[in-house]
Amino acid sequence: MASVTEALPPPNPQSGPLAWLRERLFSSPLNAILTMLSVWLLLMVLPPLVEWALIRANFTAETSAECRAGAGACWAFIAQKYRLILFGLYPFDEQWRPLVAALILIGMIVASCLPAMWKPRLILLWVAGLVAVAVLMWGGILGLRYVEDTLWGGLPLTLILATFGIAVAFPFGLVLALGRRSKMPAIKTLCVLYIELIRGVPLISMLFMSSVMLPLFLPEGFSIDKLLRAQIAIILFAAAYIAEVVRGGLQAIPKGQYEGADSLGLNYAQKMGFIILPQALKVVIPPMVSLFIAVFKDTSLVVIIGIYDLMQSTKVSLTDPAWRGFSIEAYIFVSAIYFIFCFSMSKYSKALEDRLATGHKR
Amino acid sequence: MAQPIIDLQGVNKWYGEFHVLRNINLTVARGERIVICGPSGSGKSTMIRCINRLEEHQKGHIIVDGTELTNDLKNIDAIRREVGMVFQHFNLFPHLTVLENLTLGPIWVLKQPKAEAEAAAMKYLERVRIPEQAKKYPGQLSGGQQQRVAIARALAGSPKLLLADEPTGNLDTQMARAVMQLLEDIHRDGATIVMVTHDPELAARAQRNVHVIDGQIVDVGEAPRLHMNVSRLSA
Repeated sequence: MASVTEALPPPNPQSGPLAWLRERLFSSPLNAILTMLSVWLLLMVLPPLVEWALIRANFTAETSAECRAGAGACWAFIAQKYRLILFGLYPFDEQWRPLVAALILIGMIVASCLPAMWKPRLILLWVAGLVAVAVLMWGGILGLRYVEDTLWGGLPLTLILATFGIAVAFPFGLVLALGRRSKMPAIKTLCVLYIELIRGVPLISMLFMSSVMLPLFLPEGFSIDKLLRAQIAIILFAAAYIAEVVRGGLQAIPKGQYEGADSLGLNYAQKMGFIILPQALKVVIPPMVSLFIAVFKDTSLVVIIGIYDLMQSTKVSLTDPAWRGFSIEAYIFVSAIYFIFCFSMSKYSKALEDRLATGHKR
Repeated sequence: MAQPIIDLQGVNKWYGEFHVLRNINLTVARGERIVICGPSGSGKSTMIRCINRLEEHQKGHIIVDGTELTNDLKNIDAIRREVGMVFQHFNLFPHLTVLENLTLGPIWVLKQPKAEAEAAAMKYLERVRIPEQAKKYPGQLSGGQQQRVAIARALAGSPKLLLADEPTGNLDTQMARAVMQLLEDIHRDGATIVMVTHDPELAARAQRNVHVIDGQIVDVGEAPRLHMNVSRLSA
């Protein structure tokens, strides 16, 4: 006869600081060596960094000479130049307008990330928000001075290029991905040609082509705004990559899912919209977010056709003869801005993955 | 004689060079429960998958409930509305709850109001005895439970014909018996069922057996042992 065994606690402590240390940092001799190496590296790097960036830094200097006298970082440079970095060449007195526009854009993006907002009225919010952004940036009505978009710059411009780049390229990329898997040879060939052609060309050359070559092909007297041309180039470029990411997701969906949908009598749009794409897109959230992050950062390439995005306005801020030599501070500042946006995207994608997890798939 | 629900006339199909269905002739009457059996690769699955156009036949005629399957999408849609299907691998939609799996077809294909479709779906879940799982996702259920959901999903469109492609192929013996019992109950309620299996025990329980070997029907016969059961069921 079998005897009953009581439930016992595990032999070694599984929780507490000591167990945590042992499990995470000293689980094997190699890991112990790596841990100690890392600690040593941090000890070498961190103290001087903290000293430079915080302890000996100058936050309040009025002139660059005052700043240079100290041995630490000159954050006073940022205090002097942040408006140029953030808003580029936008008329100084009107810079509240791009600020509000950027806040509206960020607000709308954040709102779109909240599942509670995923309702038809979100589209209304976007229409209203975009009108507000356009009015603020261009002006010309409501007593706002007209500001040409060649003067736009800095963070609002980067946000506009990235937001529209991603928002328009995404549906376009979906269509391309579905087209590439189409059974109709003409559609399939067209999509393959487009994707391979665009992917085979660097974004820089597409931006050049859009700014230099495109006007040659347009009829006399007809011109497209430079900013719009750059925006179109970014959209066309991103769409090809999105299409390939989506295609990867589509290939991960078992044939049975298509057959299940077919057997219910769903039509093509219903099958794709309700069954295939929701699953395929869930699979590709990680590469898709990597791609979005890349698009966000790649907007900085518009500098080569003379558009003052965040990166270019930072460079311009460094050319002031009165404040030369603080490029480290400037680049740390602008990197921090990029990082905040990209890291938020990354964190959000993780949350989305967790939210959409519905047990193991079949 | 009443119009048969399925009428296959000289159906042929090739996979590349391979002649998988060779001149298939078969009629199924309304209210019948037949089993198509045969060895693996004999074409029996392909045959029933042709009936709702998951596979395309290249020669011959397939007429389901008076509508011929052609390349006309309207006919294909009409037939799929009348035909439910149960698969070996269930093919439930893992990102939708059990209830959503059941209501998707009725709401979007049959244009039923959501509340009505949900009420009906709950009835079908009770029919397959798992109403308490309605809010769960398929991945949280056992294989037998998933196949019950799949059967309920196929029934939710109130089809005139239920196709089952190895419905017990992925289940252990006990679950397989339960699922078979369920299908027999459903048949007794008036459904026409065409089932593919290579399990001889299950085949023996059918009203009529169709043997397929090398893409040809070699034998259509009543399963003798079942005679008594059938008369008892229909009594």
